[in-house]
Amino acid sequence: MIVAKLTSCARRAHKGPVRGFMAREMGKSGAGVMLLAGTLALGGCITVNAPAEPIVIELNINITQEVIYRLAEDAGNTIEENADIF
Amino acid sequence: MMTKTIRRMALGAALAAMTLGGLAAPAQAQRDPAYAAARAEGKVGEKMDGYLGIVGAATPALQAMVDDINIRRRAVYAERAQAEGATLEEYALTAGCLAIARTEVGEKYQAPDGSWQTRTSAPPLRHSRCP
Repeated sequence: MIVAKLTSCARRAHKGPVRGFMAREMGKSGAGVMLLAGTLALGGCITVNAPAEPIVIELNINITQEVIYRLAEDAGNTIEENADIF
Repeated sequence: MMTKTIRRMALGAALAAMTLGGLAAPAQAQRDPAYAAARAEGKVGEKMDGYLGIVGAATPALQAMVDDINIRRRAVYAERAQAEGATLEEYALTAGCLAIARTEVGEKYQAPDGSWQTRTSAPPLRHSRCP
């Protein structure tokens, strides 16, 4: 078995069938694939994990707050003009 | 000829009365004494939704007074909300925020958790959305 030294990340992930020398070598044993994957993981690649919690934007509260701020001046006048019931 | 003059005078008088009336109207009407007393005694309080609530035990007279005020408030809210392009609830909630902020020491108001609180000199407990 020929040991392949990896000094950097692979350029791109293959989605299609892998061809060539490496594919033949890896095909011979599962251990070869595991070794390659391990080397890639330790080779300085940055792993980005997607957050487990979905990102929820609460528009309802913001819109309500915006409306309340817009109405505040008019409502203040209304209270003063109807002082008998406030 | 005579009729025309009288008519013109009548029109002028009506206009003058309307002008005077228009100027006199904003002179704010005061609270009904029964309402003022109920507020001061903490029998009624300002709710978060912009309406008046009964704090303790409800008597028929108290309930009638609160209902009357709330019906009139609702009419005002509906009119102003339509003018501002907002919903009745949005307008009432905004007015409730302001009405709670304007309570005087000793008066009752509803806190965000729904409980009745007595206003102190400290700012009232209000919903985070209040302006």
